[in-house]
Amino acid sequence: MNRTKGDEEEYWNSSKFKAFTFDDEDDELSQLKESKRAVNSLRDFVDDDDDDDLERVSWGGEPVGRRTRPGSFQSLSDALSDTPAKSYAPELGRPKGEYRDYSNDWSPSDTVRRLRKGKVCSLERFRSLQDKLQLLEEAVSMHDGNVITAVLIFLKRTLSKEILFRELEVRQVALRHLIHFLKEIGDQKLLLDLFRFLDRTEELALSHYREHLNIQDPEKRKEFLKTCIGLPFSAEDSAHIQDHYTLLERQIIIEANDRHLEAAGQTEIFRKHPRKASILNMPLVTTLFYSCFYHYTEAEGTFSSPVNLKKTFKIPDKQYVLTALAARAKLRAWHDVDALFTTKNWLGYTKKRAPIGFHRVVEILHKNSAPVQILQEYVNLVEDVDTKLNLATKFKCHDVVIDTCRDLKDRQQLLAYRSKVDKGSAEEEKIDAILHSSQIRWKN
Amino acid sequence: MSPLDRIANVSILKQHEVDKLYKVESKPAVSSSEQLCFLVRPRIKNMRYIANLVNADKLAGRTRKYKVIFSPQKFYACEMVLEEEGIYGDVSCDEWAFSLLPLDVDLLSMELPEFFRDYFLEGDQRWINTVAQALHLLSTLYGPFPNCYGIGRCAKMSYELWRKLEDEEDGETKGRRPEIGHIFLLDRDMDFVTALCSQVVYEGLVDDTFRIKCGSVDFGPEVTSSDKSLKVLLNAEDKVFNEIRNEHFSNVFGFLSQKARNLQAQYDRRRGMDIKQMKNFVSQELKGLKQEHRLLSLHIGACESIMKKKTKQDFQELIKTEHALLEGFNIRESTSYIEEHIDRQVSPIESLRLMCLLSITENGLIPKDYRSLKTQYLQSYGPEHLLTFSNLRRAGLLTEQAPGDTLTAVESKVSKLVTDKAAGKITDAFSSLAKRSNFRAISKKLNLIPRVDGEYDLKVPRDMAYVFSGAYVPLSCRIIEQVLERRSWQGLDEVVRLLNCSELAFTDMTKEDKASSESLRLILVVFLGGCTFSEISALRFLGREKGYRFIFLTTAVTNSARLMEAMSEVKA
Repeated sequence: MNRTKGDEEEYWNSSKFKAFTFDDEDDELSQLKESKRAVNSLRDFVDDDDDDDLERVSWGGEPVGRRTRPGSFQSLSDALSDTPAKSYAPELGRPKGEYRDYSNDWSPSDTVRRLRKGKVCSLERFRSLQDKLQLLEEAVSMHDGNVITAVLIFLKRTLSKEILFRELEVRQVALRHLIHFLKEIGDQKLLLDLFRFLDRTEELALSHYREHLNIQDPEKRKEFLKTCIGLPFSAEDSAHIQDHYTLLERQIIIEANDRHLEAAGQTEIFRKHPRKASILNMPLVTTLFYSCFYHYTEAEGTFSSPVNLKKTFKIPDKQYVLTALAARAKLRAWHDVDALFTTKNWLGYTKKRAPIGFHRVVEILHKNSAPVQILQEYVNLVEDVDTKLNLATKFKCHDVVIDTCRDLKDRQQLLAYRSKVDKGSAEEEKIDAILHSSQIRWKN
Repeated sequence: MSPLDRIANVSILKQHEVDKLYKVESKPAVSSSEQLCFLVRPRIKNMRYIANLVNADKLAGRTRKYKVIFSPQKFYACEMVLEEEGIYGDVSCDEWAFSLLPLDVDLLSMELPEFFRDYFLEGDQRWINTVAQALHLLSTLYGPFPNCYGIGRCAKMSYELWRKLEDEEDGETKGRRPEIGHIFLLDRDMDFVTALCSQVVYEGLVDDTFRIKCGSVDFGPEVTSSDKSLKVLLNAEDKVFNEIRNEHFSNVFGFLSQKARNLQAQYDRRRGMDIKQMKNFVSQELKGLKQEHRLLSLHIGACESIMKKKTKQDFQELIKTEHALLEGFNIRESTSYIEEHIDRQVSPIESLRLMCLLSITENGLIPKDYRSLKTQYLQSYGPEHLLTFSNLRRAGLLTEQAPGDTLTAVESKVSKLVTDKAAGKITDAFSSLAKRSNFRAISKKLNLIPRVDGEYDLKVPRDMAYVFSGAYVPLSCRIIEQVLERRSWQGLDEVVRLLNCSELAFTDMTKEDKASSESLRLILVVFLGGCTFSEISALRFLGREKGYRFIFLTTAVTNSARLMEAMSEVKA
């Protein structure tokens, strides 16, 4: 080989001879362009040969009628420069790594790895059930929920639901992801089918029930709740669902009726205290309060009477008294309050009793600015002496304080309290009278 | 929106020609702009929102440019929905891998409050990769972590995925000097109790009362003593806040008053000044004093507001009940308290919180109580909360004891002989002894309830229990303390068994040798599912005691209200 240096240079640097260069400026992108072009143009050549599959030979064995084989450099380089380029414009924001690989031969673990990186990945080639499950297993061992869900989306699309369910039944992690996915995309039908298949009857029932939150119209919601009643809830929950339905049913009736009454303008209670909100979809206790406020005196027969509500929903005494008290106190109906706690014993004597503790009664009365005489009466009924004294002092029920101190024979405390009452008041006189009484044996 | 606020607020965005900002909610945004950009979390309901808008445009014959930026990353399910809705080709997608927001000098948040519900309720592991990426980012910045500890299933999975990431992108951290000596990963469900307690350190109280979002809080007119609300950034830069943030609330008011007096004294100095001194004062000191004054009055206002609210809520009684539950005394009284709380319709979130606290400390409610409290709750707050109860049961926050756990047989024999009141007390005694109450057992093993002779001094706290007025050392913090002391889980097998999960510990001696002694005292604590300010304060205290420095990484800052809201099926 006696080429001169110059010849050599020319040889290598000529565009005809596309030698491999370690040129740093060649980034992957333009390499790709080049190779893409090359591959595509080769395909043209190769494909054209399909017509000439059968080698035509003359009797002499010479090949006849064949085109130039795509072997010479000449034609290849021609191809490179002539074929229009199929270019792939880079998309901003996509990681460079994506371009390097456009192959379909990734193993399950490689595929899962690619998925984790957010790369474009076709899962179509995992056609056999075994392959699919292997892919799923890899995804689960990767721990990335996004990848697990991606695989599940593929499985959902390419497997019948029976097969899918059967396989997921024994794969808890994947199953959880599918359930969450179905909830999020709102595929209620498939979700319920899944629960039915798994025999998770309670979740089935709850899932169906949850839909009621999406129904705004009260009548429609009521109808929907009716369909929930027979569902396989637990015994307690079935009762709750029944109550929910009954409550809404009642509320619709009450609401319609009361709106009518309010509009008519004849009923005093609605005139004096116009309603601030509708009773629909309110909790039971709120409904009871409303009923005690607006319909207190109604007989048991009506839907809106408190007694009816108490009976229908088996509201315990404690709750009932608490709520009625709050409502009547708000209306400053002290007689009603009184009646709540008054009972006649077998001898005909009246006595005051409360299932909630009188200290609570006092607090509620005070919250509603009850007059001191009323407060005093109930403070007196508080059983625990310390609590009684505390409340009496807090709410300035002088008489109670004075009487209690006297009963406790606690002179010091009485003296201390004397300074708190107004000068020259009746209370002061009372204290003085007691302090000077010779009949009391003070302990301090 | 809030994390964006910390980086580029509305004015900066406007400078970059952003015309208007809309929140992605139920109503579609009506805009005349030609380009719409959606910055969203990768949730399907957000995809539906975008699809509705784009399809409405298509129907109206309108073509615009749409870009969707997913933060921190795009999920495949979102792509699927975009494709399904027929808008895949109409929008361009990008990712903004923003995962760590520094809320303070020692606090990093991933601002992923949804992590808690997604993982602990639905079992969805979608965010584990995000956590792994965050850890990877930290290790590329600060070198490898010589010591890794963790407890909980999510911690284990995050750790494993993180290691996979590290192995794949090998070489980036090799040979670097470790700047952080230890990393500790914790699952939130290792310690629900702490997250459910009422907070009494200042920062925790501010969060419980006003809701701190992304490191800042909205103080209303009642705090600012004006007719305007003010958004205040709360971090170490606020010198006043920094001094009181970890303090027990009982100290705060006194501290602030003292500071106010000092401030007044400083102001008063100007009376005896000549012109030159005055000029100096005005140019050098006045600004600082004014700043301090402003901050002081804000925090004093906040304290007053807090005190008013707490008095109204009868906070004393509430705390007493909580402490009783933590200690395991007077369970029946506490149950009655909760029952009354529900009857009075005080607050759906608070009632739920108390029930959960009772359930976790007692290893489930006795069936009678579970049924009765549930019924009362549904009656007081709405029947649809049936769904909330189902969620809480699934997450293990509010459960019923299995029939074998109860002592009804014994109880009924005994109660035939005694009156109701006494029977209640006997039930108490039996419950504390015989039940498989893991919290109680753990609490005993780790000494979570300090035995105190006399008063517990809150001014000079002697252990981490001060964050709960001396009644209880946060379990999560105690675990961290013990593992760090032992540099392993040795001797804690019983605790781990009781916690019912797996632990991990991994020490790389080669890396440890490279670390300086200072970096060995630096510990990164990662809370998966959220952490509370009380825990942060407690660990800061521990750090001061033992000479450690803690850095906190959390998926989000949380408190009892947020936890309960996340479990509520019904939007309050």
